[in-house]
Amino acid sequence: MSLTSDPPATESVVKDPPPTPPAPALVVVPVRHPWRWAAVAATAVLLAQFGHGLVTNPGWEWDVFAAFFTTETILQAVWVTLQLTFHGTALGFAIGIVLAFMRLSASPFLRSVAFAYIWAFRSIPLIVQLLFWFNLAYLYEELSIGIPFGPGFVSFDTMGLVGEMGAAVLGLALHQAAYAAEIVRGGVLAVDEGQLEAAASLGIPRLRQVRRIVLPQAMRSILPNAANEIISLFKGTSIVSVMAIGELFYQVQVVYGRNGRVVPLLMVATAWYVLLTTALSVVQHYVERHYAKGSVR
Amino acid sequence: MSSVTTADPAAGTATAKVEIRSVHKHFGPLHVLRGIDLDIRAGEVTVVLGPSGSGKSTLLRTVNHLEKVDGGTVSVDGVLVGYRRSGNKLYELREREILKQRTRIGFVFQNFHLFPHLTVLENIVEAPVSALKRPRKEAEAAARSLLERVGLADKAEAYPKQLSGGQQQRVAIARALALEPGLLLFDEPTSALDPELVGEVLDVIKDLAASGTTMIVVTHEIGFAREVADTVVFMDEGRIVEQGPPAEVLDSPRHERTRAFLSKVL
Repeated sequence: MSLTSDPPATESVVKDPPPTPPAPALVVVPVRHPWRWAAVAATAVLLAQFGHGLVTNPGWEWDVFAAFFTTETILQAVWVTLQLTFHGTALGFAIGIVLAFMRLSASPFLRSVAFAYIWAFRSIPLIVQLLFWFNLAYLYEELSIGIPFGPGFVSFDTMGLVGEMGAAVLGLALHQAAYAAEIVRGGVLAVDEGQLEAAASLGIPRLRQVRRIVLPQAMRSILPNAANEIISLFKGTSIVSVMAIGELFYQVQVVYGRNGRVVPLLMVATAWYVLLTTALSVVQHYVERHYAKGSVR
Repeated sequence: MSSVTTADPAAGTATAKVEIRSVHKHFGPLHVLRGIDLDIRAGEVTVVLGPSGSGKSTLLRTVNHLEKVDGGTVSVDGVLVGYRRSGNKLYELREREILKQRTRIGFVFQNFHLFPHLTVLENIVEAPVSALKRPRKEAEAAARSLLERVGLADKAEAYPKQLSGGQQQRVAIARALALEPGLLLFDEPTSALDPELVGEVLDVIKDLAASGTTMIVVTHEIGFAREVADTVVFMDEGRIVEQGPPAEVLDSPRHERTRAFLSKVL
């Protein structure tokens, strides 16, 4: 064991080492953070003030809030908002998926058309687009099905066919589709190319490859962004109020226009938006967990 | 090796012969395959060696049409891969037909490419059920016995990421076997593995070689080539430099380039 070149081992007598005193137990003293405590105190005071104001400031008019929160008009308006969100999302993502696969297609024409669509609809503010749809009947009084550029077989009165609600859903969906397309495309691109090669080498039919191998894996990166978009569309439905459709924000405006209780009625709308967004976030959590099968993160 | 004899009748219809005729392939300005001719008899194990960039993986990928050839033909059991010949014209097959051809050819990738969101059993069952329309029950029973064969009977319900690299590659081999292919292609099956896991995968491949399936193996494992190969093919710069029994090519190579390569890897 010794590193020095000792003289021959004739006198190497093993001695017991001298007894060492037992090591004292060591105490760890954590670093103190006085400024952190100061910041906590300041924040707590501000929060307390805000909470106190919510309770004591008569301007909030909680009695009015309670009276209107679950009235029939408001509940109906919440229902309309949910319908706009649901149809806008469903149609928007349906068109978005088609656009995404067009942008991934081998045909330069299909790629360019999808690119142009996304470019156009991301460039036009939603509210401008909605007003266009609302005035569709001004541009095309009737719509007909027939030979392109030739005679039509059936025709419809535009406003009768589309309607106010239809125009709103269409506007939201076409806007949504542009964003959905990019989200879906990003998800598909995030799937390792080797996965497609493996599926192809096994002779798995094309549609099955997409449905069983690509989309479930793409969903992992699609979901967080899609949830963002759905929540943003849900709140975005309030823009539709400019078209006098009885969704939540429009209805709240109507009520406070009548009784002048602006703040508590805005709080009614706020509470519903917060509540439903929370519900959507919970759903998102469970859906994401479903698609995380087999992953270690 | 150039005489094309018919398949050994004892091997039955289960194994396939492969004929590669003056195959060329370009990647942009790069001429990766410069006229490859190769005959592989049914039931034979061919090991392809060569420095990286010599085109050996590309050649392997043309055999099941993962890579389209720019010139020449590849046929498996006398059937052209990826094309239909009519007179002097080669008509490209539809994707559906190509996918069908691939169910006769198993491919094992360097990086396994297991489907991470499916369990081991689902990985193996997927192709027989969707491509061959086998009943799921039947396919699952077959998958379990394949797992037993590669020594992973207890991993059927595991997800790929819960397995070691060697175990994943054995599952990938079982997945390729599930289609009961007459030809198996291995693209550097042990190159992505930790050294201590290489043995378990090579053992499975040796086992398969003994069972009489036609195999083409691209690898850097010279010991494996010596032990298992019927023919060793040495490639360099897109050409086959020499081929023959392992004893010839590995122990007394005729070409300078083969000698230089072997002296570096041995």
